[in-house]
Amino acid sequence: MSVIILLLGASLTIGIIFLAAFCWAVKSGQFEDDYSPAHRILFDEQANDQQP
Amino acid sequence: MITVETSCYHCGETCENTLILLGDKPFCCEGCKLVFELLNGNGLCTYYHLNGQPGAPQRSQARPDKFAFLEDEKIRQQLVQFRNDTHTHVTFYIPQIHCSSCLWLLEHLHKLDDGVQRVTVNFARKEAQVIFQQSQTSLRKVAELLTSIGYEPYISLQDLQHKKPAMNRQLIYQLGVAGFCFGNIMLLSFPEYFSGNGGIDTHLFRYLNLLLSLPVFLYSAQAFYRSAWGGLKHGFMNIDVPIVLAIIVTFTRSLIDIGTNSGAGYFDAMTGIVFFMLAGRVLQDKTYQGLSFDRDYTSYFPIAVTAVRGKKNVPIALPDIKEGETLLIHNNELVPADGILVKGSALIDYSFVTGEADPVPCLTGDLIYAGGRQLEGNIQLHTIKAVAQSYLTSLWNRQELQQDTHKQPSFIHLLGRHFTWVVLGITVLTAAWWGFRDPAKIWPSVTAILIIACPCALLLAASFTNGHILSILSRHKLYLRNAGAIERLAATDHIVFDKTGTLTDKQKAITVFNGRPLTRHERLQAAALAAQSTHPLSRMVCDFCGSNHTPVKDFEQVTGMGISGTVMKDTIRLGNAAFTDAAGIAATNGSVVYLSINGEVRGYFSIRNGYRSGIQSLILQLRKKYKLTVLSGDHARDESTLRKLMGIKATLRFLQQPQDKLDHILALQEQGQRVLMVGDGLNDAGALKQSDTGISLTEDSNNFTPASDGILAATNLPLLPHYIQLCKTSKRIILTSFIFSLVYNFTGLFFAVQGKLSPLTAAILMPASSISIILLTWSLSAVAGKKLHRKALQLTADEDQSFACARS
Repeated sequence: MSVIILLLGASLTIGIIFLAAFCWAVKSGQFEDDYSPAHRILFDEQANDQQP
Repeated sequence: MITVETSCYHCGETCENTLILLGDKPFCCEGCKLVFELLNGNGLCTYYHLNGQPGAPQRSQARPDKFAFLEDEKIRQQLVQFRNDTHTHVTFYIPQIHCSSCLWLLEHLHKLDDGVQRVTVNFARKEAQVIFQQSQTSLRKVAELLTSIGYEPYISLQDLQHKKPAMNRQLIYQLGVAGFCFGNIMLLSFPEYFSGNGGIDTHLFRYLNLLLSLPVFLYSAQAFYRSAWGGLKHGFMNIDVPIVLAIIVTFTRSLIDIGTNSGAGYFDAMTGIVFFMLAGRVLQDKTYQGLSFDRDYTSYFPIAVTAVRGKKNVPIALPDIKEGETLLIHNNELVPADGILVKGSALIDYSFVTGEADPVPCLTGDLIYAGGRQLEGNIQLHTIKAVAQSYLTSLWNRQELQQDTHKQPSFIHLLGRHFTWVVLGITVLTAAWWGFRDPAKIWPSVTAILIIACPCALLLAASFTNGHILSILSRHKLYLRNAGAIERLAATDHIVFDKTGTLTDKQKAITVFNGRPLTRHERLQAAALAAQSTHPLSRMVCDFCGSNHTPVKDFEQVTGMGISGTVMKDTIRLGNAAFTDAAGIAATNGSVVYLSINGEVRGYFSIRNGYRSGIQSLILQLRKKYKLTVLSGDHARDESTLRKLMGIKATLRFLQQPQDKLDHILALQEQGQRVLMVGDGLNDAGALKQSDTGISLTEDSNNFTPASDGILAATNLPLLPHYIQLCKTSKRIILTSFIFSLVYNFTGLFFAVQGKLSPLTAAILMPASSISIILLTWSLSAVAGKKLHRKALQLTADEDQSFACARS
């Protein structure tokens, strides 16, 4: 039954990692513009595009 | 006969009179064709493939040295975000961004200019961040490049003076933390509830719950503590006070229970309500990134103007304009400071500033006020005041001094207060009861009552409903500043309209020719002459007669009088009575332009500003329920038409200065009326701020709108009564949900007064009531929103029909 303590610890740690990721994503302004990223990934690379 | 309308390949406008073909592609004007050629030549035609006709009409071109001021080092420093030896970062506000083609083209700007390294577009804010190498290109060149592809950046005085405030994300972090803790506490409470007597030792879980609830108690709930404290400081008990009380009691009770090993604590219920209420708060506090509700005159004025110093024309920043400068104001440019006209003939459009529909012609020596727009040709001005002391800004500042008018608080605070007194009453009674029967039960029962019977359901209902209503309204192009505006809009009983630009459409004109009907030949001649002038009245004559490009000889223009020229061997004159030697034939509504051919007066065009489509039915609907007033800065010339439109009971006032409008609103409010003001110009600014609800109208969202509680797209003005109806419905929805929540409250109280509220009961009741209330408010507001949507569809259907009728 003491394995429960280990499991609790592990799950809480993973949870905290996700919370940290959430805070980091919000801080970096990812959620401010929800239109551009969706459309940006659908643009085709043009054949003669060099390194931007 | 079937008429096929060609629409421009670039912008989609119909090419009625001027069709320019390049290969097989039609364009409406040279400007559009130029942009196409530029993009085509650089292999950027994907722009047109992603979205059909993605461009903006390029009929009016910016003059070539418009961005000359960007070469000034001081101005550049203030605009640029970052600069090192090789690269410069600058963010431009480009209001024309509206689709994925815009996004694509702007992010491929480097193909048009090698010096541009990268462009990142923030679509929500309509901004483009450009990183370029200053050795290869310059800020001015980038701005001119953007203009040449149809994406002219909007740089205003506001960009010089203050930076945009940072986004407030505190609420989101608090929500995230609360969600994390709530979820984990609920999960960790399962052993407690389901393990039974001989089951697992749950002490560890209890302490973990305590630990997890600390971030919520100390950090996430701060939003409520602050609001409650703010209210109490002003002696006002708002709805957050009982909520804070509930949170504190719950935490304390749970702490004691765990410490004395007498119970499991109610942490899941506590974190649950904090989480749901924060979620409602986040939805309610939605901000519209592309809009601003606090614009003052600095975002109306440009950043720089050309000054004439000695023999040179030098661009100077607006704050640097002193008295005694000579300024060169170009065609279609704003006058930035009060000054005396010294050179050129001026025709100033003050419609945004004073509401006068007709442009004012000025002669040398006349005083010209800041904020007007010069319409015809270049003029030179000798400034008599600095920009910040001009008549316009002094008006503005005086009105801003009217201290932040205390707007009515929401009804939920009042309701919450009643609720709290009732709960406190029940608490006292229960305490007294148990005091006689079994004093040991006082503590558990009193705390249980305070835990379970908090008005969080009311707050939840209010914030979720408000959030949903705000989003429904914004889908129909009414963007309200905050949730409080919903209630104030619903409480309206008197509506005040501005005339020019609000009721009337500045682009629309009704032209009627009075006199013997013109022959086709004569019409062509009049149109050919009118096409030579940029005066708005000439444009109307041109549109009426059908523009053409017949050459005109001996063209002459006398400002304030008229134009003359020889077309196909006939001398044509268009102008006022004196210019055309016409006897003043009854000049009634609107402006009058006489037409004389070879000295003989053929008649006159009467031109007046057309009222917006749908206004008629709008006023008819509004007349029944609200008192109406029109405050106009214009002359009383149009009074009979307006009176017919507004009805007998409406108040009509003309020649209103901005201060007069403000005073009228104050007078109405003193009579106890709740005023809704709809306006569009700077002359409405004070009135908009003073009214209970101020809505500014916009033709397209890149136009400047004065500070207000809401921004409405002009095309949707006829939906006004339906918007108000929706706001009224929102109050009913909140009340319904609250009454529904009382069911849960009574159930909870039943257990609480007996002192038998177990953590499991609380854990079930709280989330269940929260979720069901959220679902209820959401569905009710969605139903109300559907109704609005149907009315909106009906409006567009009517418009299409009338448009089709007009065309056929």
